[in-house]
Amino acid sequence: MATVELTRKDFTSDQDVRWCPGCGDYAILASVQSLMPKLGIPPHKIVFVTGIGCAGRFAYYMDTYGMHGIHGRAAPLASGLAIARPDLSTWVVAGDGDALSIGGNHLIHALRRNVPLKILLFNNQIYGLTKGQYSPTSEVGKVTKSTPFGALDHPFNPLSLALGAEATFVARTLDVDRAHLTEMLHQAASHQGTAFLEIYQNCPVFNDGAFDALTDKATREHTQIRLEHGEPIRFGSEGERGVIRNDGGLLEIVEVANVGEDALVVHDAHAADPSLAFSLASLAARPTDPTPIGVFRAVDRPVYGEAIDLQIANAREKLGDGDLHALLNSGDTWTVS
Amino acid sequence: MNRTGGNPTDSQPLRATLTASVGEPNVGCRTGRRFAYNEQRRRRGQAATPERTYPGKHMTKQVEQRERVIVRFAGDSGDGMQLAGDRFTSATAVLGNDLATLPDFPAEIRAPRGTLHGVSAFQIHFASRDILTPGDEPNVLVAMNPAALKTNLPLVARGGTIIANEDEFTDRNLGKAGYPANPLEDGSLDAYQVYRVPMESITLRATEGIDGVTNREATRAKNFFALGLVSWMYGRPTDVTLRWIDKKFASRAEIRAANRAAFDAGYNFGETAELFGTQYVIDPAPTRPGTYRNTNGSNALAWGLIAASVKSRLPLLYASYPITPASELLHELSRHKNFGVRTIQAEDEIAAANMALGAAFGGHLGVTGTAGPGVDLKSETIGLAAVYELPLVIVDVQRAGPSTGMPTKTEAADLLAAMYGRHGESPVPILAPATPGQCFDVAFEAVRIAVTYRTPVYVLSDTFLGNSSEPWPIPEIDALPDIEANFALEKNHDDGFMPYLRNDRLARPWAVPGTPGLEHRIGGLEKADVTGHISYDGDNHERMTRLRAAKVEKIADDIAPLEADDPDGAELLLLGWGSTEGAIKAAARRVREWGGKVATAHLTHLNPFPSNTGEVVRAYPKILIPEMNTGQLTTLIRARFLVDAECYSKVQGQPIHAPELESAVRARL
Repeated sequence: MATVELTRKDFTSDQDVRWCPGCGDYAILASVQSLMPKLGIPPHKIVFVTGIGCAGRFAYYMDTYGMHGIHGRAAPLASGLAIARPDLSTWVVAGDGDALSIGGNHLIHALRRNVPLKILLFNNQIYGLTKGQYSPTSEVGKVTKSTPFGALDHPFNPLSLALGAEATFVARTLDVDRAHLTEMLHQAASHQGTAFLEIYQNCPVFNDGAFDALTDKATREHTQIRLEHGEPIRFGSEGERGVIRNDGGLLEIVEVANVGEDALVVHDAHAADPSLAFSLASLAARPTDPTPIGVFRAVDRPVYGEAIDLQIANAREKLGDGDLHALLNSGDTWTVS
Repeated sequence: MNRTGGNPTDSQPLRATLTASVGEPNVGCRTGRRFAYNEQRRRRGQAATPERTYPGKHMTKQVEQRERVIVRFAGDSGDGMQLAGDRFTSATAVLGNDLATLPDFPAEIRAPRGTLHGVSAFQIHFASRDILTPGDEPNVLVAMNPAALKTNLPLVARGGTIIANEDEFTDRNLGKAGYPANPLEDGSLDAYQVYRVPMESITLRATEGIDGVTNREATRAKNFFALGLVSWMYGRPTDVTLRWIDKKFASRAEIRAANRAAFDAGYNFGETAELFGTQYVIDPAPTRPGTYRNTNGSNALAWGLIAASVKSRLPLLYASYPITPASELLHELSRHKNFGVRTIQAEDEIAAANMALGAAFGGHLGVTGTAGPGVDLKSETIGLAAVYELPLVIVDVQRAGPSTGMPTKTEAADLLAAMYGRHGESPVPILAPATPGQCFDVAFEAVRIAVTYRTPVYVLSDTFLGNSSEPWPIPEIDALPDIEANFALEKNHDDGFMPYLRNDRLARPWAVPGTPGLEHRIGGLEKADVTGHISYDGDNHERMTRLRAAKVEKIADDIAPLEADDPDGAELLLLGWGSTEGAIKAAARRVREWGGKVATAHLTHLNPFPSNTGEVVRAYPKILIPEMNTGQLTTLIRARFLVDAECYSKVQGQPIHAPELESAVRARL
């Protein structure tokens, strides 16, 4: 329901895009720029806030308001803006190093507060801008410049982390799946509160093919588990595989023919209890296994900025509009004539 | 005792403080940093008649006139000494004495009872004359237990008065304080006037029969007994305190009654016990006409920010992380949501700075406050704000460092950190208030500079200013100037909006999201001049580096010149900054009393300096700079003006005293 006639061009800045050829960021940028006119929000009411890393450049390419911050701090920078200006549509773009390593603390606190932000996590499982060190989402054993004998750190699962922080909107998508990416961006844009969208994004230079299993035509039907709220969770070219809850209470991938359709878990993204979303988030150890994509969780909770505004309104109602003279003259005063 | 040099020893951890101002003429010259709006109201000294008269109770004993008195309440941190001191301060302010206070409390929330490191003290200096500091040697020490006596006795002048709560001088408590014998009995206090008062027993008797009061609650009321006794000694009005008790404990009748009973018992004990022969009268201090209140630096600073928000019509967003002693700002600002104040307790110091900066991008007044280690954590974000060229105010309530240091003790050693503590060339204006009341003016001035010049601005307060209080002439709201945000509303160039096209002050336009047609991006990457695009061009970087520096330097065109107070044509200049002003002025009075010649000048703007600073300092062959650090302003003055300035340095977690400064000046004349 666009109130203004806008096109992708209205959201495209005059700056040359300078990511490496073949970078997944191009596809994400194109999807975001194409989606924007459909949101019905004019460019001057939209702000993109980024941190440091390849994804940090994203803000410069959007013809909206934008802030390129310092490493890891996009979430609080954007939080301050969104809390002050809830009338704006505020987006955060951050890579896995930015959001989960140096900025990990800020991410979880933005999520728990439920600040009105749309956080896009560009997860390529590598440090690209610093030319190829392992990241907090790289797999154990990853050989990089800083780990010639293999990485020893156990990686973060970004969705588990977000769900653990009780994020109200948690979703995952893929850079090359334009339709799914656009749909997820749209849902994130419509969410009240913090929307957290992990985008698996290919780095063709330092971590090429990390998500091939999910994106290759040959394999994707067998690896993408597309979550739809209210639908049984199943996948495969004929929907022949599915997810059940086994006797131990854990999710398990099975052949539908062996258990029957009725045994399949029906996805509920709106459940107050995040345990199904959490189980789904940890279903695949790595994106080479069958991996759920889509909206894991979308629930309502009071939005942080609105709550502050409400407190201000209540204080004004109770105490009256701030009166500077009264404030300074409160308490014990005395007059010398 | 050694007032000028000695470090506090372990056995005297609370060794305080401060400076006397005996018989000082009124200076009234808070000159050199007069802001347009308060020029008329800071001068004190015209005799005027206070509205209030003496308390209703008539005096039945000998009455003596005193010009000034320093009282120190000391007890266990659970004994309510800060509360007693605070209430005594209010009654004193209402009576019209000039006053200055200093709380001195341990970092531990509740150290074990009766121990030396659990002692909490509150000092108040009040007089019938203008006061510059909370005083050095207490005339009266109220010691609620042996530990309080032991830690505070070294401060008291010989001949001073000690009022000891003798109920607490038990073997066990004496042992905890490390007294081999009872000092009340072994003659070791012969040089003092000692009054032994069984405060606990009398309080218990006074509260007997009050329904619902436990023994424990009754015992706790003993601070009100002490307050009542000292209130009698100095003829404080009782109604102020009783009203406060009624209001504070409105919902707990039994506690209200117990505290009232204890207070009355203390007052009556003074009046009737044969122990005390004399009551003292301290006439109200002559002050300029106006309405006054008592304020500490923390509250004044918070109100200054709110006033600036009102006068700039920019909603205030204050983000900070709890840290001693800056948390007081967060607490005070959080109470004033009806001014549209948004306060955020952030997840850490870095987040707090970024939230304030993000709000500034959105057209709000972004302020963050901190102390000690928080300064280090915020520095990267302040550098970002310097490149963004957006208004941001950073309040640093300095405390003793490095690292965690002494969180509740004062120091002023962050000047060079504020000046240079960021990577790259990152100039930031710096202001420092000199008195608790001036925290209001400086907060307002910081916002004016930040908004006018689109720059982060540092305010360097300190623990001493934040906690200590003084009577403050409440400013006239209408006299405060408006602060113009001057948001950009339309394109400023034929080729579109240029976010780094500067005005004649070198300030760039502030275009906030929501303004159609002015969409632009800012970031920490170097900006191309005028367009603000990313630029790695070397010549552009040099131009931008110099522009950012020139903009900050240009603020000097817009601030009052530095004024020296030099009535006698001195050769030696005492140059100060921050909370040392009181001690400097008091020291100068002392020097002039014996015919010495000394000039004083005080810097409120530390970056840039007032434009005539070089002329002022070069006019004196000798320059002495008292600092609560090892010579930070001294380094800046020497480097900038090539003068042979010398630092009078003190880093003991306590303010500089006037007597030690007087000695230092004497030695150099």
